[in-house]
Amino acid sequence: MNATVRVSVVALLCLAAAACAKKQEVKPTPPPEAPTATAPAETNGAFTPADLQTNPCLRTRVIYFDFDKSDIQSQFDNIVACHAKYLRDRPMARMTIEGNTDERGTAEYNLGLGERRGNALASALEADGASADQIKVVSYGKERPVCREHNESCWHLNRRDNIVYTVE
Amino acid sequence: MRTPKLLLAMVLALVTALFALQAGAQGLTVQIVNGVPSAIPITVVPFGQQGSGPASPVDVAQIVGMDLNRCGQFRTLPTSEIVQSPTTGSQIQFATWKQLKQDYIVVGTTSYSGGVLTANFQLWDVNKQQMLLQDSIARQGSDLRRVAHQIADQIYQKIIGVRGAFDTRIAYITQTGFEKTAQYALVIADSDGYNPQTVVRSHEPLLSPAWSPNGQELAYVSFESGDSAIYIQNIATGARRLVSARPGINGAPRFSPDGKKLAVSLSFRRNPEIYTIDLATGALTQITHNLSINTEPRWTPDGQNIIFTSDRSGKPQLYEMPASGGVPQRITFQGQYNADSSISYDGKKIAMVQGNGNVYRIAVMDRSLGGQETFVSPGNLDFSPSWAPNASMLLYTASGGPQSVLYAVSADGRVRQRLMMSNGDVRSPAWGPYRNP
Repeated sequence: MNATVRVSVVALLCLAAAACAKKQEVKPTPPPEAPTATAPAETNGAFTPADLQTNPCLRTRVIYFDFDKSDIQSQFDNIVACHAKYLRDRPMARMTIEGNTDERGTAEYNLGLGERRGNALASALEADGASADQIKVVSYGKERPVCREHNESCWHLNRRDNIVYTVE
Repeated sequence: MRTPKLLLAMVLALVTALFALQAGAQGLTVQIVNGVPSAIPITVVPFGQQGSGPASPVDVAQIVGMDLNRCGQFRTLPTSEIVQSPTTGSQIQFATWKQLKQDYIVVGTTSYSGGVLTANFQLWDVNKQQMLLQDSIARQGSDLRRVAHQIADQIYQKIIGVRGAFDTRIAYITQTGFEKTAQYALVIADSDGYNPQTVVRSHEPLLSPAWSPNGQELAYVSFESGDSAIYIQNIATGARRLVSARPGINGAPRFSPDGKKLAVSLSFRRNPEIYTIDLATGALTQITHNLSINTEPRWTPDGQNIIFTSDRSGKPQLYEMPASGGVPQRITFQGQYNADSSISYDGKKIAMVQGNGNVYRIAVMDRSLGGQETFVSPGNLDFSPSWAPNASMLLYTASGGPQSVLYAVSADGRVRQRLMMSNGDVRSPAWGPYRNP
């Protein structure tokens, strides 16, 4: 009995230490500013895979959502536009949109909400000329947070669509 | 700002550690958080040893006592106050236990030879000086703690009048690491968190484990292929089969009470709808038709109806409809957000996640009391309630702290037991069915 209690005390101390360490690891980065790249529709010529590394708009692969909402906010219109143009310019390109939620709400309901967010971006890209064949939506719900603190600045970072090019 | 909070947490952790027991290397630490003064007082006297063989590898009386304590209906006498050590009824001096205000006393002996643990026990009513129960339980193999759980179940049934649920198992999801280093596991353990066994490991999220009615299989959602998919896995053999990997969400599996169907939420036709899958034929039947999120289907105990979560009215609420299809009726009207229900074995009590603002707690709606609701968890981020098969206790996830932990809480919310992992998160508990001895 005494030995097991001691083990537990040690385990809990480690736990507390780990919690402190973790706090520093996952310090949230401030939400990125909406890129100020010029409207991509006006750029000359077609995008190439190299632009995914260099074009500030194309390099932005995440958009954020309000709580329990899935509509694309107007501040992300230019990001939708440049990725739509990329998909138009490169018909062989393929994209996966990963929809995510914050930790509030149940796991399965949040799978639905994450999918709604993914679909909202997919619809916006398709409305802008991308082909539905080019886009796949996966919802991770609340399972893949980027930030683990229980506050709005953290929740904001987790309510997001991630854009992943599977074929550039 | 953060430092004082963390220090306080450490102090609290040290204090509660005095009541903690380690459940094994990859297992959970088990802590009783509070007790109930009004619970039935019972003494479980440390069991004597019968014969000259080796001592029992498990402390049967201690496990029986811990079981009775954590269900909330009993309060055991601390070992330090057990002043006499009878091992059979004829040795009990009833006046002593009356003076200690005990209603019941359990005495017994163990013997251990050739890998077989045998426990003989008696349950006595202290006031009537009457023996209520006498039995002998023997068990061989690795899970000798079950001897004690079965004794606790018999005592529970004799005094409370309902079958005990200590000799049952639970399933849950663990996560260690974060983002790229994340490791997930589906684990099963005894109902008190001991004897953990990993069923599945994955680098991608696992969620929503659900027991088959015979306790031999688990259905769950895995993202191992990159997308969600539903599997059914045999616990003993490890054999598993893919049940659904359609485009979009494959989620929220639940076996029907007869084990022949699986209710799921699928979004391959655009939005998540509730379907049932015939497990013999694979035939798929869509039962909800509404352009909203429809998920978390739960069979009523008679298998006739399904209660599910839908946000068709704006926010998630619970609805009930025939399992064969029909018109859903909304059944929750208190709270902004009601989801992820668990239905008690008798269909009377529906536990759910109820959200108001940023606070999510486990609420229990009692349909036999006109839908009266009580909260059984403090919040702020409590999810995934799961009833014990006798509805004496609930398991749920508390994710509002530095790590996600499980609580087992008595049905009245008054006794809580924390189950935590030393180096990671625990969530999505599912309480398994009764086991055959």
